Amino acid sequence: MDNIAGQKSSLTWATHISVLLLVLLWLIPTIGLFVSSFRDRDQISASGWWNAPFAVELTARGRTSAEATPDGDMFVVTGNIYDDPEAQSYFPGGGGEVVAFGTRGANPTEFDAGTEADLGDGETLTVNADGTYRYVSPEDPGSRGQRVYFAAASPPNFTLDNYEQVLTADNMDQAFINTFTVTIPATIIPILIAAFAAYALAWMDFPGRGVLIAVVVGLLVVPLQLALVPMLNLHNKLGIGQSFMGIWFAHTAFGMPLAVYLLRNYMVGLPRDIIESAKVDGATDFELFVRIILPLSLPALAAFSIFQFLWTWNDLLVAKVFLPSDDASKVMTVKIADDLLGSRGGDWGILATAAFVSIAVPLLVFFTMQRFLVRGLLAGSVK
Amino acid sequence: MPVILQGIITILIGVGGCVAYFYFSNLLLDKVIFPAKGEKAGQNINRANQVRPWLFLFPAVFVLGLYLVYPVIGSFFRSLYGRNPDEFVGLGNYASLIASEDFRISFFNNFLWAIVVPAGATFFGLMAAQLTDKLSWGNLAKSLIFMPMAISFVGASLIWKFVYANDADIGLINAIRASLGFTDPVDVLQIPFWNNFFLMIILIWIQTGFAMVILSAALRGIPEETIEAAILDGANPWQLFFQIKVPQIMATIVVVWTTITILVLKVFDIVYTMTGGNFGTEILPSYMMDFMFRDDGRATAIAFVIMLIVLPVMIWNIVQARKEMR
Repeated sequence: MDNIAGQKSSLTWATHISVLLLVLLWLIPTIGLFVSSFRDRDQISASGWWNAPFAVELTARGRTSAEATPDGDMFVVTGNIYDDPEAQSYFPGGGGEVVAFGTRGANPTEFDAGTEADLGDGETLTVNADGTYRYVSPEDPGSRGQRVYFAAASPPNFTLDNYEQVLTADNMDQAFINTFTVTIPATIIPILIAAFAAYALAWMDFPGRGVLIAVVVGLLVVPLQLALVPMLNLHNKLGIGQSFMGIWFAHTAFGMPLAVYLLRNYMVGLPRDIIESAKVDGATDFELFVRIILPLSLPALAAFSIFQFLWTWNDLLVAKVFLPSDDASKVMTVKIADDLLGSRGGDWGILATAAFVSIAVPLLVFFTMQRFLVRGLLAGSVK
Repeated sequence: MPVILQGIITILIGVGGCVAYFYFSNLLLDKVIFPAKGEKAGQNINRANQVRPWLFLFPAVFVLGLYLVYPVIGSFFRSLYGRNPDEFVGLGNYASLIASEDFRISFFNNFLWAIVVPAGATFFGLMAAQLTDKLSWGNLAKSLIFMPMAISFVGASLIWKFVYANDADIGLINAIRASLGFTDPVDVLQIPFWNNFFLMIILIWIQTGFAMVILSAALRGIPEETIEAAILDGANPWQLFFQIKVPQIMATIVVVWTTITILVLKVFDIVYTMTGGNFGTEILPSYMMDFMFRDDGRATAIAFVIMLIVLPVMIWNIVQARKEMR
């Protein structure tokens, strides 16, 4: 519509800008998560992820050295606060300029860097911007140095520590494997079952076909909440209980209406000539299905398997109900929702990383197979 | 890794079993039960062809019946019993649900969700579809807006925690507030009533891509002639969009709208991870999970209420499907 009825270049610009805004709006939350997952824990709570490329002012603490040199009737301690291991631990990327310092935890930035702080009882302390300090006391400070709090710029520090912790500790690695274990059989098995059924509904003539198709269409919208209690009870009676076996069955069944519906819609559209000439040549339905229908339906099979993969990978409800709630069989979504959010609600770095690990695989599948996904969506909704 | 091993064995048994079932049942039918030879060859072939569809259909029909048809009935009967499965309470569970304040809150919230989320997602999806239509980088833009579709509801909730966090150094909203001069951070998830809308935004964010992809295809399917005729008659871009294009894709808009509505009635993850149903944000699916494992009678009653809400859409879908088949 841009060039036909007169040139509307201002409208074109408005389109570009509004799409850009829309895309940014949609992308920014995910970028925040991604950036946060690489940030150091202290930096996350000290500044927003949008400030990640900039230095952060962190408040740290350390001690002066304990070696005092007598100077007249005073004792003088000099050194660099960054030589203290405790102070160093706050700045894995190296400490920057000291901005302010203090000696009380309640007011860690009481004095500006470079000024001489009067601590009472004749004690004075000066901490300079480069971290060097001079502590003067009328008494020998003894074996422990003076406690010093200070605020200093910490250069941006991107680390893989969060990933290391998520992937090795907290059973998250087990959850990652469990998710795959649930997902892969639950994706492959329904395809095969559905493909045969879809072929029968598309190309075989038998009484009751219309009714069956209508039933499948109706089942598409049955809320799976209904199945939770009766099926769990049935699983318990059959001795399957809460187990991987149970969740494979459940996912297979819950994906079935969409699978049959999608595949049937696709197969109905295959050229009639090919199928009829194969029949004339004496192919049985089974041969016809395996040799002709299945290869021709690959795009639809791919589309459904992506759906089912994303759905089972991302599922929380079915996993919570049909899998036992012990660490050995938790999947990632349950792990994040129940463990990480509950007990480590404040550890943003770990949360961001765990979330990113759990969405990385679906995103990979999404971006590589998007073409099939779109085709599948269209086959399911518009004709 | 015994679980992985179990998984691999399941795949092998599952796939192998399916293939074996289909292959051998067909073989059995053609060679043993109704062999296509002898004097009754013709009759046998016909009979075999009458039975065969059911061989193909059996596994699918079996799991559909067991996991989706039986539960509708099973859940209804279970909902007539109390916490103890032997204690018949009739419609008692439903009565106590209606009497409960929490149920009414979740019902009302669910009602809001079912209106706001489909409307929002369809609106943004339509906008994105139209705006990206003729853009040189439209496909890239679409794929980025579509991306949240791949993200789990749990993952999406965590992503949005970094927007809503009650801390100007973590949450984007509070950072923006702080830069405008408000010093005290707010927890948007605890603002009564409006917190529901902040949760809905997450689902709108996820579903817009879905609406966009389908509406975009529908927009492309509009016959060029109608658009050209409108332009020749002097329609401006707004009129072109709202009076020519939108009416022609109305059927697709309805499909998108109902699909998202159905989804809204199933999603419990967002409420569960963001607020746990506190602060007046409970919806029916999350309310049901409060009773799951504790009071099956109550849980199935809530599930059945959800089913009743979905029922009109289900009937409408079936009617549409039957119309198309003729």
